[in-house]
Amino acid sequence: MTEPLTGAMPLLGERDIVMSRQQVRKLTQQLKFSLVDQTKMITAASELSRNTVVYGGGGEMRWEIVSQGVRTGLRLAFEDHGPGIPDVEQALTDGWTSGSGMGVGLSGSRRLVNEFDIRTEVGVGTCVTVTRWK
Amino acid sequence: MERIPVLRMGRVLLVTIQVDLQDQMALQLQDDLSAKIEQTGATGVLIDISALEIVDSFIGRMLAGISGIARVLDATTVVVGMQPAVAITLVELGLSLEGVRTALDVERGMALLRADGRDTLDD
Repeated sequence: MTEPLTGAMPLLGERDIVMSRQQVRKLTQQLKFSLVDQTKMITAASELSRNTVVYGGGGEMRWEIVSQGVRTGLRLAFEDHGPGIPDVEQALTDGWTSGSGMGVGLSGSRRLVNEFDIRTEVGVGTCVTVTRWK
Repeated sequence: MERIPVLRMGRVLLVTIQVDLQDQMALQLQDDLSAKIEQTGATGVLIDISALEIVDSFIGRMLAGISGIARVLDATTVVVGMQPAVAITLVELGLSLEGVRTALDVERGMALLRADGRDTLDD
C-alpha cells in the first residue's frame, strides 16, 4: 500500500518509538532507498523518537516525502513541548548526555542524514528536522 | 510485555532476538541474562542479532551492558550475525561496541566461545 505524502504520528511512549521505526521503514522502502540508506534513516528516527519521548516528555513525528528536481527524499520532524535544550552546541557534541543515553543520540543521528536542523527554546520545546535524499 | 527467551546449551546461554525491541524488553533481557548466568554458572553467552534490522544507541548500550556484566560474572559474550547495513550505520552513529566480541554467525560464535579454553558443552 502506498503511504500518503505527508503524515504524523504521536510519540508518547516507548511503544511509539517502535512504531516510528516501522513507519520510517515503510516510507523508505516505498521510496526505494538502498538497504544501507533505509537502515540509517530508521536508526536516526529511532534515536530522535526516543529523545522526544524521554527528554521531551512526548510529542509527535511528522513525515513528508519531498522532491527537489529529480531527486526525492524523506523529511522527518520530531517535535515536543518539553523543557527545551539550553545549550544546543553542547547537546550536539559527541559523548554529551543529559540522561541515560550513550551521548550519541543527537550528534550520531546528524551523521546519518543529509540535512539536519534543530530549533529549541527553553521552556517551549524542541523540533528536530532531518532529511535524507535517495 | 513480551520477553526474549534465554536458552541453555551446556555452559552457554543462547539468545536470539527476533522482534523489534522495545527499550523495556532490552533492559529485561539484560536482567534475565545476568540472573541466568548466576543460576547456571554459564561461561558463555551467545546473542544472535541477525534478525535485527537496526541497532540504535539504546540496543547498542544494552549489548555492551550485557557483555560487561557477563565478564564480571566470569562469562564471555559473543554477539553474532549483525547485518552489514546495521554495522555501517552503527559505526557512523558513533558506536563501535568496544569490549563486545562479535562473530559473523552462530557457528563461528560458538567456536569462539569454545576457543576460550573452557569446554562449553560440559555441564
